[in-house]
This record gives sequence, structure tokens and C-alpha cells, in this order.
Amino acid sequence: MTTRRTATMLGLTTLLFGAAACGAEDETASPATTQPGGAPGTNKAAPVSDKCTSSGATFTPATGVDVAGSPTFTKIKTAGKVVVGVKNDQPNLGYKDTDGKRCGFDIEMAQLVASKLGVDPAKIEYKDIPSANRETAIKAGEIDYYVGTYSITDKRKADVAFAGPYFIAGQDLLVRKSDTAITGKETLKGKKVCSVTGSTPIQKVREEALTEPANISEFKTYSECVSQLVDSQTDAVTTDDAILKGYAAQIPSQVKVVGKTFSVEKYGIGLPLEDKALRDKVNDILAESFTDGTWQKIYDGTLGKSGSPAMPPTLERY
Amino acid sequence: MGGQPVTSVLYDMPGPRARRRNRAISVGASLLILALVAYVLWRFEATGQFEALRWKQLTLPAVQRELRDGLLATLKAGGLAAALALPFGVIAAAGRLSDHRLLRWPATAIVELFRAIPLLILIFFFYYVPLDYGTSIPTLWALVLGLTLYNGAVLAEIFRAGIVSVAKGQSEAAYALGMRKGQVTTLILLPQAVRAMLPTIVSQLVVLLKDTALGFIITYPELLYVGKQIGGRAVYGFPYIPTYLVVAAAYISMNTVLSLAANRLERRTRRSFKTTADVVPPPQTGDAVGGV
Amino acid sequence: MGEFLRVFSDNRSIFVDGFLTTIQLFALAGVGCLVVGTLLGAMRVSPIPALRAFGAFYVNMIRNTPLTLVFAFLIFGTPKLNVNLSFFTFASIALLAYTSAFVCEVVRSGINTVPVGQGEAARALGMTFTQVLSLIVLPQAFRSITPPLISILNALLKNTTVAAGFAVGEAGAIQDILSELGEKRTPTLLWITICFLGLVLPLIVAQRALERRWGGNR
Repeated sequence: MTTRRTATMLGLTTLLFGAAACGAEDETASPATTQPGGAPGTNKAAPVSDKCTSSGATFTPATGVDVAGSPTFTKIKTAGKVVVGVKNDQPNLGYKDTDGKRCGFDIEMAQLVASKLGVDPAKIEYKDIPSANRETAIKAGEIDYYVGTYSITDKRKADVAFAGPYFIAGQDLLVRKSDTAITGKETLKGKKVCSVTGSTPIQKVREEALTEPANISEFKTYSECVSQLVDSQTDAVTTDDAILKGYAAQIPSQVKVVGKTFSVEKYGIGLPLEDKALRDKVNDILAESFTDGTWQKIYDGTLGKSGSPAMPPTLERY
Repeated sequence: MGGQPVTSVLYDMPGPRARRRNRAISVGASLLILALVAYVLWRFEATGQFEALRWKQLTLPAVQRELRDGLLATLKAGGLAAALALPFGVIAAAGRLSDHRLLRWPATAIVELFRAIPLLILIFFFYYVPLDYGTSIPTLWALVLGLTLYNGAVLAEIFRAGIVSVAKGQSEAAYALGMRKGQVTTLILLPQAVRAMLPTIVSQLVVLLKDTALGFIITYPELLYVGKQIGGRAVYGFPYIPTYLVVAAAYISMNTVLSLAANRLERRTRRSFKTTADVVPPPQTGDAVGGV
Repeated sequence: MGEFLRVFSDNRSIFVDGFLTTIQLFALAGVGCLVVGTLLGAMRVSPIPALRAFGAFYVNMIRNTPLTLVFAFLIFGTPKLNVNLSFFTFASIALLAYTSAFVCEVVRSGINTVPVGQGEAARALGMTFTQVLSLIVLPQAFRSITPPLISILNALLKNTTVAAGFAVGEAGAIQDILSELGEKRTPTLLWITICFLGLVLPLIVAQRALERRWGGNR
């Protein structure tokens, strides 16, 4: 009896693995490159590919760089590589595809900084750090800097330093492509809203009573929320528009970003607290990219594919 | 559990009319169940769950490697937790059986405390409290420590029940022969108790393995977490269902194998003459529920 | 110490809301799993092979699957079946489906502890199935069923925290909410533990008392 049970279980497993194996004969049809501007013409069966494609900006390592008085820079120079904290599940922002390649707006900003510090971007060591551990990782020296939807707040400035902002995001809404009813935060009444458990955007929705409490759902990851959106289990996903744009750029035929942003989040590069020299240097790097078109090129090739334009922000040095 | 007992307390031996009725109900029930399964499969098909695109990821070697790494991470966490929980259980059980109140009360308090706190909260404690104080502990260890304390406390109960279940006559005879408590425990009680406890211990280890699935909440990359990541890829149509089916198959196979081992041990113990101790049942079925 | 107390008093409503949801989940899933579990138990001992097979299959599948996976299937699978319920309902169903497998086993072994002779004698006296069940079998099985049942309910109460990972804002989600508000996690977690102990302790006390009175059938 129990051997029969085992046999059934093992049979089930092999069946499922077998199904997975035969599942994909002719799927080479997925387009490998995306059209600029996020062409919405693709049908549901062939969305934008998961494979990482860069924006096209090239980063040649600068030579003869020196940042006097920066212990972190000395560490980077001696190691010959740089350790960067990033996210890995935000499409077109901080993403790791099925081949292990990294791409996205934040990733390319990290590569830009690394190259201007004299490090070959190919030699970057990426570390996936969840949001709760960011300050600890920087303080412990586990990473040299952090680029991953890291909002500059006074509270955090007590633990880490910020260079930037390099992007101004704001809370916004992601809805189904066909949805015309939701145009902004005022039109959320009676609609279901989803975000990550306990995150600031969903608390804002609660505080401002943008929708009834029964319509609020929270999951552990944004992907789950977006999946629920596509399945019509929820009507809107809310978080920073940068993250939403990333999803919209990946599946432009199914979702879109609407409305104006209703909060302000300034993304900065997290750096060790006491290292002013490095902070100034990184700010210089950012300022240069704003004016010489690199920033724009990176944006247009990543988040810009969602169809929403953006401009470089103003630096806030301190 | 092979065939049905001839008479059971609730049902009488079926006569010809009852047999016919039973067969009719059986056929009806089977049809109903098949209809349900067919409906589920049909709906899955209609929403494209069997579309090649959704299963495509699972054919990519990179994704298969992700799954394999997730599986290994699950086994690693489970193995470490098991290796730590067993000694913890032994020590706690020894404390609870001690004659000295100074040892007994703290041990009892610890065991009861860790069984009352939800496992998830225990894991949160280990993961988030260090962050409050400026250090961090790897997610693996937060998970392992939480599992160790909770399952260690349950194992302590199992060990204690095992030692207690060895027939009193054995320890009485040993004391009559002049052995001290330490000798009685290690030479007489433990060897017999261990055989009785083995199946229950293995069942508890199955629970431990299942509980590693809580790791996803603190982003430990175990099998369920990896499954969520794979399923969350928008480009492949959010293939949560296909991925979860594979993940479920993996868990069920792993646990079935372990449970079979437990069953086989239980059967062999019952037939053995070397012990007078009955196989120890799970101390409280609730702990076998696992989940948290 | 004052800081510790403040964390609770400032955020009292969040704690209360969270634990209220926990209790609601527990009540719904608890009552439901007792009913469904008994049904499953009856199926497993019934003379109808199809029902026995289904009961055995269901119980074995569930017992070897992590609770979190059951949740995941319900939350992400059932929408495909055009079943659109609230997440709270899904969470209750997930907990119910999971726990009833264990209730089933307890009920089944409880029924099996009643000697066959009792049932045969009752039937010889001409009692109907319902009479046998309610007058003879269940009262005797009650003693051996109740203590394990209470500990299963205990585990269910603790398992409700898993719902925090799946869109239901109960006790497990409290610390995420509070930390976004800027509270330190240590006092938050301590308060959650205290509240949980408050809920769980009555169950444990009841169970120990019952075990002592009835001597524990095992």
C-alpha cells in the first residue's frame, strides 16, 4: 500500500517534469529586442523577452582616477573590483534574467559609477540585498555602494550617506491596459488595490482612505500583485512609478501606468556614512551623466520603454 | 491499512442490498471526483496554464538550476536544523527529567515557551532583532535557529515520553541492582527508548523539512521562494501554477520518502523483542501539523 | 520600559486589527476544519472504496505539502477557475483544507479505539447507524479525540500567521506595517509574542487539564 503511494508520487513527479520538458517546442518566436517607445502591438502570446538587454549605453572604465581621502575607494582600487548591492526582481530597474545577466536602470547607473571610478563594469560583484538589510550591509562594509530604489530620507541619513538623487519617483498606479476607469488616486474608490506588505505606498492608501479597507491586498512581492492585476483579482498595483514602469515595459500589452505621481521619492546611491570624498565624487559622476546625455540614454533604453518620458533630476549635495 | 476490516465499529458487514448500494455510491462518488478534476484541468487549459509559454521556463537549464539550488537550500536548512534540534531536544529532555528543581523548572519553561510561540514569529525574532542593533544574520541562520528551537522543544517532549514509556520494571530492577541514575538512564532506558522513538522522530523531521518553506518570508532562497521568483516573471505569463505544481511534486516526493522510512522503522520496532517500550506516538498531534 | 509600552499604546489599533483578523481566521477555519475533518474521517472508515481512496489520497497529499504551498495554490490557482473570493476567505479555506487532514486522522484513530464489539452489540439491539454513531461510538471516542484535537487547534492558531505572506493583514503582518512606520522591530515582535501567548495559553491549559483528567488514551 505504501509502496503504491510512493509509486504514485514518483509517477506524478516524473509526469510533471516530463510535461515541463516537452512544453516548449517552437517558442523561439519571442522577439529578442524591443522596439523603442514600448510598442503595444504584441499579442498576449509573445510578450517582450525576459532576456536582459542593455540600453545601449557603453561604459568604458576611466583611467587615472583617484579619490583622495576615501577609504572605500582605496578598498575598491586594491581589490580591483567593486561590490554593489542591488535588487534582482524589478524588471527594467534591478533585474536578473534566467541566464543570470543583470540589467535595468539601477543596474546601469551602478555600472556607470563603477566605470567612472576606474573599474571595468564586467568586474562588478552584485549582491542581492533585501530592503530591510540595506543600511546594515553598507555599514558593515559588505557592499561598497547600493543602487536599488533607495529613497533618500532623513531617518536613513543617520546611518548611510546618499549621492544623488539620480531619479525622482513617486507613488503611482499600474492598471490593466483596457482599464479606462482608473485615472488617478481619486478614482480608486470601490476598486481593489494591491502592494507589498506594510510598504509606505499601501499605508498611504490606507491613511488617505483612497479605497475601502476591504479592497486592499498585500503580498510579499510586486510580481504577485501584478499577476493578480492581470488575473483581474485586483484593479490597481501601487508603488513607486519607477517600479511600475519596469513592469509596464515588460508587458506593455497587458498593463499601463496611469495618473500623476502622488508622492515624491528621491532615489539615491547609498554610500558609507563617513566617506564624504566618495560622495562628492559620485555626485560629480551623476552630474556629468545628466548633462552629457548618458542618463537620458540609460533611461530611454530601460524604464523609458514603458512609454513615459522623464528628465534628469537636480542633485542635492550635502 | 491494506484492506478494510471485516466489521468496523460503525459499519456492519454489507449484505447483498448494502453491497449494491455501496457500489452505486462508489461509482457516483468516483464520477463526481473525476468531474471535479476534469473541471479544474479544463479551466487551467482555458486560461492557458498548459500553454507552452508558461512551461517554457522550466525547460531552460538556467531555471532548472535555480530550482535545483532551491531544493538544495531547503535540504541544507532542514539538515542543519535537524542536526541542531536533536542535541537541543536531548538536553532539554534531560533537564525536564532531572530530579533537581533548579534544572527542571527552567527546562520546562523553555520547552513550553518555544512550543507556544508561532514558528514564524521565532524566525522573525532571529532575523529582525539583530538588524535593530546594527548587525545582520544570514537568512539561513535565522531560519535554522527558529526551526531548531521550535522542533527542539517538540523533540524534547518526544524524548521525554520515550524514556517514560519504557516499562517501569526495567528501571526498578536496575535501581535494585544498585545502579545510579546516570547508569540507569544511559545503559538501560536510553537504548530501549531510542528504538521506540525513532519513527516519531523521523515524522517530526518531516515536519521540520516542510517548515523550511517559511523561509521565503524572510527571503531565504529555498524551494518555495525560488518557485515564487520563477512564477513571478511577467514575460512568461506569470507561470505560478506550473511552477507550483513542480514545487509541490518535489515536496511531496521528499516527504513521502521520509514518511516511508518512518513507517518502515515503526513496523520493524514493533516486531523487535529487544525493547519493551511501545512506539511513542507523536506527543501531541498538533506538533505534527507543522506549517508554523 | 516606557518606550516598550509606548510602542503598543501608540499603535494599539494596528495590533487590535491584526489580532482580530487572526481570531476571525482561527474561528472560521477552526469550526470548518472540525466539520470537514470529521467528514473525511467518516469517508476513510466507510465501506465505499472510492470514498476511502479519496480520503486517503487527500490526507496523504496535504500532510506532505507545506502549508505555504497550499496557500500559494489557493491564492494563485483558484482565480484561474473563475472563483473570485476575498483573500480572507481564501486564507480561511487554505487553513481549513490543511488542518482538516489532521483532524481526519485523529477522528479516524479515535473511532478505531472504540471496540468493535460495542458497534456489533448496538446493531444487534437494532440501533440505526445514526444511533450507533451518536449514542455509542462518538461518546466513547470523545475522550481520545479531544486532547489531540485541542493541540491541532493550537497549531491552527499559530498557523494563521502564515496568512501574512498572502495578502491577509493579520498578526504576522503587524511587524512589517510597524517597521515601515519607523518602529523598531524588537519591541514589536515582543508584543506580538505576548499577545499570542495570551491567545494560546488558554488552549494549552485546557488541553493539559483534559489530559490529566482522562489519563490520555495513548
